[in-house]
Amino acid sequence: MVELKPGARFQSTVCTTQVIVVKGDGEAELTCGGTAMVAAGTGEITGEPAPDAAEGTLLGKRYRNPEDTVELLATKGGSGSIAIDGAALGVAEAKTLPASD
Amino acid sequence: MNLMMLLEMAAEGLGDRVAVGPLENGMTYRQLYEQAGMAAAQFRETDGDTVVLCDESSPAVPISLFGAAWAGMPYAPLNYRLPDDDLSSLAQRNTPGVAITDAAGAVRLSGVERLQTLTRQQFLEDPANGASPCTAPDWSMDPDDIAVLLFTSGTTGAPKSAVLRHKHLVSYILGSVEFMGAGADEATIVSVPPYHVAGVSAMLSAVYAGRRIVLFPKFDPDDWIDAVEREDVTHAMVVPTMLARIVEALDARGGEPLLGVRTLSYGGGRMPLPVIARALELFPITSFVNAYGLTETSSTIALLGPDDHRLAQYSDDPSEQRRLGSVGRALPGVELSIRDDAGTELGAGEPGEIFVRGEQVSGEYLEAGSLLVDGWFPTRDGGFTDEAGYLFVQGRNDDVIIRGAENMSPGEIEDVLLTHPGVSDAAAIGVPDRQWGEKVVAVIVLSGQTTQPPDGVVQSEIQELVRQRLRSSRVPAHVVLVDELPYSDTGKLLRRELREQHGHLGDSDC
Repeated sequence: MVELKPGARFQSTVCTTQVIVVKGDGEAELTCGGTAMVAAGTGEITGEPAPDAAEGTLLGKRYRNPEDTVELLATKGGSGSIAIDGAALGVAEAKTLPASD
Repeated sequence: MNLMMLLEMAAEGLGDRVAVGPLENGMTYRQLYEQAGMAAAQFRETDGDTVVLCDESSPAVPISLFGAAWAGMPYAPLNYRLPDDDLSSLAQRNTPGVAITDAAGAVRLSGVERLQTLTRQQFLEDPANGASPCTAPDWSMDPDDIAVLLFTSGTTGAPKSAVLRHKHLVSYILGSVEFMGAGADEATIVSVPPYHVAGVSAMLSAVYAGRRIVLFPKFDPDDWIDAVEREDVTHAMVVPTMLARIVEALDARGGEPLLGVRTLSYGGGRMPLPVIARALELFPITSFVNAYGLTETSSTIALLGPDDHRLAQYSDDPSEQRRLGSVGRALPGVELSIRDDAGTELGAGEPGEIFVRGEQVSGEYLEAGSLLVDGWFPTRDGGFTDEAGYLFVQGRNDDVIIRGAENMSPGEIEDVLLTHPGVSDAAAIGVPDRQWGEKVVAVIVLSGQTTQPPDGVVQSEIQELVRQRLRSSRVPAHVVLVDELPYSDTGKLLRRELREQHGHLGDSDC
């Protein structure tokens, strides 16, 4: 279990994926490639993503749970897919705001 | 959270794309990241706590902004156009520090104690200056660290340092910009100076979007048009005075439209309706964006988008036409509230003070602490929202004219003045009046084509125009003709200066 709070960063231990929490609070089982993610900078990549969790995570995309209570931003991409409490997260739709500055 | 996280992602995702400068030999995102690491190494070795920038736009601006974030030091850009004494005193408030400046600035800042100066040339040639460059992403991720200190424009009173923490600026970028959302052919021309909040947010937005930055330090409308064409610029942000001059210059060239610009955003002050109306014609296929924001809110909090602009241009519906004078609706994640003097929330159409809340809102000064109450920041701007949530800004509350206990917004009167075909720019100010407390003075600039009418004719025409459109209390007691209105270099009308210039029209004994 890890604590999700805005600004917290986590890394995968089975691929290069890293995320930062944009929205969320409380404890959750955060996994990438089927293996628990750890606080960024505290782990090494030692395995490979499980075949059923290897669709990949894309740099710069936002990932949300269906309840819209958690949003993660991928600050590094990787080959594993991220999930919370066993449920894969979906890519949030791109915003359509025009450039203002 | 740290601003460097944004650059790190860009360097990882778009390493070889040009970040700053011309397409042929500009600095790529990876190079900008490396240069920031070199700058951070040097900054860490100095005795300074703050990175001061006293210079016009150059590649040293993004390098020092990100380098300071990496080193864990606030970045404080100063207005280099200030007189020597004012500049020194602002610099003094950021010591101990290290300053990047031009050759003239190094001389001007030489008397400031505990401020080490580096010339821009030295800094760009060797940002590390002998220090071993930072390469590992070892910047602090404490969201409460101070990222940027900006002196608020100071058109009234002594300037204050607005505090923008990493969490405010990162929230703003994550909330309003899509990562790598820009195409490889997009470029944005940055004409606002580095010490303006838009000069900071422009760097961050462009880096996160992956949009090449074209720096344009000395604004001149003809040079701007040439640069837009030469550098294949697709995006631009201007303040209202700049757009007015660009429109004039395009008209002087025969009114040929500029087709390459895809998005033109404007903000930083009140845009005269005739200027934006003509601009919509001269940029017929451009997406216009009106952005409203404050230094204390990490730039934009509301915007009027492209569709609303074109709708207003072509619509017959007065409520849609009127929205061209609004700043649009709040960004996602930003809340607006209009309140009266007692703090009670007002409904649609009722004017009051604009309050704003959101993660990007700092509302904090080094000198005065945080002004937030339950997250809400009192902007000191007056305004109202319409039924659909469009925000109309009526100007600073300090500029409200109070005549016989009636509060009058200068903007409301100015909008009417500007509808006169012979008027190209206008301001309404209050001057002391024995009977009413204050009375209205209209200061107007006649458009170039208008021949100077005989004395008194303008005054009676203008008074009649206001009388027809507004309550009689709004009718100017005096109408003064001038060649131009005073603006700050970032496009803010200097009302205090106008009140000083025309105060003699008021009664001196009250």
